[in-house]
Amino acid sequence: MNNIWGFTISSARVIDYDKNDRSFAQYMTDTVPSSQLCIGCGGCTATCTAGALTDFNIRKLQMLVKRGENREAGEQMHKCMLCGKCLLVCPRGVDTRRMIFAMLKYIDNQKL
Amino acid sequence: MNLEAKQQIWKEYQKEIADDRYYYARSCIRQTFFPGSEWAYLDILGNRLGKTVFDDPRHTTCTGIGYHSDVVPVETIMTVVARHFALMTEAGFENITPSCITSFGIYTEILHTWQEHPEIEEQTHEYLWKATRREFKKPKNLAHTSDVIYKFRHEIAAQKKHALVDVHTGRPLRVVDHIGCHYAKMFPSKGIGGAEFPAVLSGMVTAWGGEPVDYPERRHCCGFGFRNYLVLANRGYSIANSKKKFESMQPYEPDFIITNCPGCAMFLDKWQYTISEMEGTTYGKDGYGIPVLTYEEAAALVLGYDPWEIGLQMHQVSVEPLLEKMGIAYDPDAKYRNARGEDMGRPACPNYLKV
Repeated sequence: MNNIWGFTISSARVIDYDKNDRSFAQYMTDTVPSSQLCIGCGGCTATCTAGALTDFNIRKLQMLVKRGENREAGEQMHKCMLCGKCLLVCPRGVDTRRMIFAMLKYIDNQKL
Repeated sequence: MNLEAKQQIWKEYQKEIADDRYYYARSCIRQTFFPGSEWAYLDILGNRLGKTVFDDPRHTTCTGIGYHSDVVPVETIMTVVARHFALMTEAGFENITPSCITSFGIYTEILHTWQEHPEIEEQTHEYLWKATRREFKKPKNLAHTSDVIYKFRHEIAAQKKHALVDVHTGRPLRVVDHIGCHYAKMFPSKGIGGAEFPAVLSGMVTAWGGEPVDYPERRHCCGFGFRNYLVLANRGYSIANSKKKFESMQPYEPDFIITNCPGCAMFLDKWQYTISEMEGTTYGKDGYGIPVLTYEEAAALVLGYDPWEIGLQMHQVSVEPLLEKMGIAYDPDAKYRNARGEDMGRPACPNYLKV
């Protein structure tokens, strides 16, 4: 292609549900069905040890996976220390640690 | 909702457009890139519809490009616009019809400002007097030239030589419209159909036999946005907007795009070439682009003007496939000849976009 312009076409920042890959979200739902119970209260994020030290945010992580923004989710995932404090505070009984563990396994397999 | 109620509501989305005696304000961009378009408008109004239009050689830019790029202060643009009104007053006209969407937006914005703040209008009177020794009266009616064509769309349809129909199949041409942002997004009450139900172009298309397509990104900006385009670093954002529109309209296989904004017509036309060179993507059939017509050009084709007389050879995207669909005869050899019949030479061909 010709590159004489001095600029390139900016990528859109909209989240395109039609184009995003939702297989990761589907895998998470299949492996940890309780993840569907999440109401997004953010209790997990408030108590998170990794979140206190870094910008890791479990609630945002869930949202990214559900939207199919897998690359960003993959970049965040390894910050989790799997301490399980989130598991203790979740009012809906979501198995958050298992959820993250399953997601880590998926990422390793898919090399996201 | 019953029909009467719908019609009642639709009345709120109409605007008053003068019947005759228009003072014409040319567009910087349209007369540079599509000069035949403005000529066609003047010829249609004057010779086909018998209206009086004054094309004043003393009229200048409204400085809108500078204003929206933050290099022209608001007091300056108000004084320049006041001079336009003074020229109109001196010529004995009361209805101003700008060809440019941005000029239309600016005139509307300034008239609104003066209505809300009479002291600013007084100040502008003073500035204009000091600068030019001129006095002005505000126009009685302000309408964009596309409003005027919309008003007379049925009269044009009555004189039509070619309908917006594929003559080979009898199918109405699928037309996507693009309304300039400064037409009705700044002051929705000043545009036919407001900002939500743009009807100024689709009304023309329907009257001339075509089928308007309501594609998802119909109301999206073309990406011009002055400072977005003028600064090289922002140009990638600018073109991304046009690309979003092309991707949105492509599945409907439109036969052409119709626009009422000079900048949009230029961008939607030229960016198709740029995108094809950057990414190898074309949006029309068989490697062609989607032709882009101004409403004046569309009206002129319907009325049987010669395509090269109205300057369609100035377009980046070839219009020949559209002319063939409409059954309009044209001389391919005349495309690159000037008014004296001399050969002007041929431009270099794009690598991907078929012309």
